[in-house]
Amino acid sequence: MLFWQILIDGFAISALYALGATGFTLIFGVSGVLNLSHGAIMVAAAVAAWAAAGLLHVNAYVASLIGIAVGIVLAFATYFIAVRPIQQSKRIAESEREIFILTATLLWGIIIQELVAYLYTNNAKTVLPIVEGVVTVFGVRTPSNEFFTAAVCWVVIGLLWLLVNKTRRGKAVLAASMNPRGVTLLGIELSGIYLTVWAVYGLLAGIAGILLGMFLGVSSYSVGPLTASAFSIVVLGGLGSVSGSLIAAYVVGYLETMTAYMISPAYRSVPALLLLIVVMYVRPQGLFGRR
Amino acid sequence: MRAMFASRLVWIGIAMLAAGALLPLFASGYVLGLLTVAFYTAVFAMSWDLLFGFAGEVNFGPTFLIGLGAYTAGILDARLSPHISIWLCVAAGAAAAVIGGLLLALPALRLRGPYFGLTTLVAVLLLQSFIVVFAGLTGGEIGLSVPDVMSIDANTNYWIAFGFMAVSGAILFGLSRSAVGLILQASGQDSVQAGALGFNVVKHKLAAFVVSAFFSGLAGALMVFYMGTASVGTFVDIAVGVQVIIAAILGGRRTVVGAAIGAIFLISMGELLRPLGELATLIVSFIALLVILFFPDGLLGILRGGARS
Repeated sequence: MLFWQILIDGFAISALYALGATGFTLIFGVSGVLNLSHGAIMVAAAVAAWAAAGLLHVNAYVASLIGIAVGIVLAFATYFIAVRPIQQSKRIAESEREIFILTATLLWGIIIQELVAYLYTNNAKTVLPIVEGVVTVFGVRTPSNEFFTAAVCWVVIGLLWLLVNKTRRGKAVLAASMNPRGVTLLGIELSGIYLTVWAVYGLLAGIAGILLGMFLGVSSYSVGPLTASAFSIVVLGGLGSVSGSLIAAYVVGYLETMTAYMISPAYRSVPALLLLIVVMYVRPQGLFGRR
Repeated sequence: MRAMFASRLVWIGIAMLAAGALLPLFASGYVLGLLTVAFYTAVFAMSWDLLFGFAGEVNFGPTFLIGLGAYTAGILDARLSPHISIWLCVAAGAAAAVIGGLLLALPALRLRGPYFGLTTLVAVLLLQSFIVVFAGLTGGEIGLSVPDVMSIDANTNYWIAFGFMAVSGAILFGLSRSAVGLILQASGQDSVQAGALGFNVVKHKLAAFVVSAFFSGLAGALMVFYMGTASVGTFVDIAVGVQVIIAAILGGRRTVVGAAIGAIFLISMGELLRPLGELATLIVSFIALLVILFFPDGLLGILRGGARS
């Protein structure tokens, strides 16, 4: 009973972690940017879906689309406001760009977070689930929404895989993550690739945020933990390695669920953090890292 | 050019010192209380700047060191109250931060860039979890109240904080301008080349971490005995660390003095804008973002640029 409960709950939460971390690692792999406004964008997308459903009285599908649109718009805004000006600045030394982008995206995330809190308060919000009801699987009563969440996450990740590996644009993105200069020499505009990647990132973060809003609910307090968990999953899996992030998401998701069920919810995040520290010392490039 | 820069920094420092020391003669208790907190934050930011600006290591977890100092001092005092001097607790807090800093830095310094940053971030999250889990000892999420305070007089508290900031600032500034500071700077910019020149990069970085930990822990411990409580929200939370980092970069990295200016500016702005409610943080973050985007050398850079032209 407990076994099945952990298996099912852990699977859904891990799928959500995986989706959230995929966008994050994609941006890092292609442009070397660690986007610390990640959690804020997820929360903003979820709150937008919640507000659309509550204030405009649209159905759950339209509300989700509005939320995703907000996610994409915010992703572009992040790129044009907090990332690009620093990448192109002549007054910031190459070696310091990383910390400047980290700080700028962090501040940008705080701005989004405070704007959300100002417009819609700090209260936790639950987005109206697209799939309602409860099903019993292996004697465990589970909200249908959990299965829906896991399914959507994996479909989206699958589509992303197809996009990257089977389309011309996707192959260009993949090539850019391996060798940006080589791609430029082939006559592909690098800035166009960055735009593609940020659009895809916004889409992924938006979907992940809305699903999270349906599954657990979000508030502006979840911004920091969301960014931190995406960051740690991505580092655990190896920066820039998408498959590594997926595996790491499952490791962290199950570790947390097992701790919460078998020890105490208070310790939920501790084993995953300890594991992360151990991995960093033993294998600093992460489980599947390239660099 | 370098000498001019250094001397201008010294002059700015002396002017600030004179203005700061005389302030209690004019200002109200409210302003003094605000600045007292700002001065401790300034020490946090200066310690962070020594590590980032000079050693080139991004420490995302300044609050790990601050929190260790604050909670060690607070718990000791809460347990042994009448039998222990608060200064002994403060010393113990600083020592705990140094030991914790060493434990964190020894292995973590093997890591580079974002990996080092993440380890320090994880250290904060772990400390936070432990504080919440061992609520019986630490007061958990509610916070720990400390039976003793340094003083109930606003002027005395102000002068203690101010003096502490001035002395720590002078030591950190002196260190950053010394030979050790130059070696650190070289290691931060190109550790391979610094190593090739025969400097022990790891040893110097470790020393920087220990100094940074000492001042962070000391400031955290002193601040506990100013506030009378220790809570996760004021000493450990990631948001506090973010504020320290923003203060240092906003003021002007690699200057030490700039970090202090940034911290005082951030805290004062936050308070000035408080009537705007939730918009206050929004506006402060927005200003900080603008400064970082358009004036990467920070507030001190603006001051310097204005004075030169």
